[in-house]
Amino acid sequence: MRHLIFILIGTFFGIVLFKSEAASWYRIVEMFHFKSFHMYGIIGSAVGLGVIVVQLIKRLNVKSFYGAEIVIEPKAKSTTRYLVGGTIFGLGWALAGACPGPMFVLLGSGFLPILIVIVSATFGTFLYGLFKDKLPH
Amino acid sequence: MFVIFPMDSLYQPWPWYVAGPLITLVMFLLLMMGKRFGMSSNLRTLCAMCGAGDKVEFFNFDWKKQQWNLMVILGVILGGFIGSNFLSTDTAVEIDTDLVLQLESFGFADAGSAYMPDALFSTTAMSDWKTWLILVVAGILVGFGTRYAGGCTSGHAISGLSNLQRPSLIAVVGFFIGGMVMVHFIFPLLF
Repeated sequence: MRHLIFILIGTFFGIVLFKSEAASWYRIVEMFHFKSFHMYGIIGSAVGLGVIVVQLIKRLNVKSFYGAEIVIEPKAKSTTRYLVGGTIFGLGWALAGACPGPMFVLLGSGFLPILIVIVSATFGTFLYGLFKDKLPH
Repeated sequence: MFVIFPMDSLYQPWPWYVAGPLITLVMFLLLMMGKRFGMSSNLRTLCAMCGAGDKVEFFNFDWKKQQWNLMVILGVILGGFIGSNFLSTDTAVEIDTDLVLQLESFGFADAGSAYMPDALFSTTAMSDWKTWLILVVAGILVGFGTRYAGGCTSGHAISGLSNLQRPSLIAVVGFFIGGMVMVHFIFPLLF
């Protein structure tokens, strides 16, 4: 049952990503050229509303559907890993025109070469795990 | 209802002020399900499923506990299928006209009239080794970078910023440094 709910949430997310063109290579390249407000509008309004939602959850001590506490663990303090990792991610995001959500949207939309990106991204994650202890964090 | 919400607009590209709040809704629903919004974690789970935990400690965890997120991704694939096959009449993405000209000069002939460039994502482009190289390198950068940064667009840019986390802000600054370097300095060398 819960699995079905997660599939439905994912399906909804996938439709939103496809229909808003956030999964389009062209939209991502356009975003990094600062040539349109579209992607900034999507991320900006999602975050703007997200801040309110998260604050309300915290202030009103909202419980999950299953009655559990909603705790958002803060990320570890660092600058190096976020800046360096983020920059590496950004290089790939612009080149593939897709981040880890939209990749799977595109697979469903039938752009099969995206499979190469998905498999490579999984391998890239493996490489991170392999060299994790040698990298500055 | 049809007067307030013309069904026709469902088949058009959805505007940002519809998509953004709906993405917040996805984050909210996952929080209410007792989970977190983060797509790139699935790449780590995929590594663990393939047995990477035997060799690398980072992948030595009970991946079955992450099955819920794999279900989300399964849904995302389904959503991409539904969105493109049943909710779209025309999938052309109208991008900025100056950018169309620039991309056309780079060999992206369908800029402004397609969802994805044929030059990178068509079966004919797959016969060129350069396309493979680009997609493989792009994928590795995304997969490596996202784990190094501890999250991707959903985890850092949406969830992290919504929670006013400084690390996420730094990561998003990184995303944009990388993205801008790619489209401004590396694209002219590649295409």
